[in-house]
Amino acid sequence: MKEKKQKNRHVYWNPYFGGFLLGLLIILTFYLTGRGLGASGALKSGVVTIVHSVAPTHAENNAYYSKFLKDGEFPMNNWLVFEALGVILGAFLSGALTGRLKLKVQHSPKITSRRRLIFALIGGILFGLGAQIARGCTSGAALSGMAVLATAGFITMIAIFGTGYLVAYFFRKNWI
Amino acid sequence: MGPLIPNGLIPIEWNFIVAILIGIAFGYIMEATGFSSSRKLAGIFYGYDFAVLKVFFTAAVVAVIGLYYLDYLNFLDISQLYVQPTYLWAAIIGGMIMGVGFLAGGFCPGTSLCAVAIGKIDGMIFTVGLMIGIFIFSESFSTLEPFFESSNLGHITLVDTLSMSPYWIILIITIIAVLAFAFSDWVRSKIKKVFY
Repeated sequence: MKEKKQKNRHVYWNPYFGGFLLGLLIILTFYLTGRGLGASGALKSGVVTIVHSVAPTHAENNAYYSKFLKDGEFPMNNWLVFEALGVILGAFLSGALTGRLKLKVQHSPKITSRRRLIFALIGGILFGLGAQIARGCTSGAALSGMAVLATAGFITMIAIFGTGYLVAYFFRKNWI
Repeated sequence: MGPLIPNGLIPIEWNFIVAILIGIAFGYIMEATGFSSSRKLAGIFYGYDFAVLKVFFTAAVVAVIGLYYLDYLNFLDISQLYVQPTYLWAAIIGGMIMGVGFLAGGFCPGTSLCAVAIGKIDGMIFTVGLMIGIFIFSESFSTLEPFFESSNLGHITLVDTLSMSPYWIILIITIIAVLAFAFSDWVRSKIKKVFY
């Protein structure tokens, strides 16, 4: 028994239990607000705010930033920004209660931390770009979209995971 | 009848408090199911861990059944819920770019925030990457705009796309999910374990 515990250092919830609770949360979110969950929207607000404070005229003249700056609106004053702050708080709580708080780079023993971080940066850039083109990420477009049977949600989900399987071979050294 | 805040049954001032509380629950659930670990997330693509498939599909099925049931019971008006517009090619190409990003970086935006919260440096770098990606998109928006705004099919659902009753669609999705769960367990039993 003790040995088994040592092997599985990370003891997570049963995925069906977690999925069930997440499903209930999505229902509650739609029931209260009429919209689903999201994640990339908050980061977009962050980018708009940073660009607007560094180069205000540039941001106001750009067709994309200006969508979120109409009538002197403050882009951080946004439902998704508050939700994302909650996500960080909630994840911190869960990590703290299970002893998973630790400053580290997680990577396969076959690769270096440096390689992991370079790929994390490239992956982040691509994901950020893709999430803007598709008007949402895995939570906002795919998961919340599927919950209301939105066609876009299913297309985005299939595109993300289908492409993932197509390119998995080329990234295998990073993970297995 | 729901949704409560748009219909004025809960004052709009509560909107951001609700947002933080929902976010806390969302982050807690994701972290507790292991979504702050990129190696666990990537498992779905190599067959050693199917947590993403199980959590994601269970959540989608529970949510869609629950929402349509609340609509059936007249607690909620499903036609008032936000359905994002389908821009066909933007959704496909954007999704494909996200797929490559997922394999390279090991996170998506929500899970990277969880990773940041528990101190994963790779999650922090991924999040910086996300913001750079959004920045690149915004700066090249005038070039991308024609494509971004093309093939707009409107706020459609599978009910419109497949011209089927939503209840049949939900039943089919549920069956696909259960079959996928069984298949994933079979695959996992054939594949060498990966410890992380």
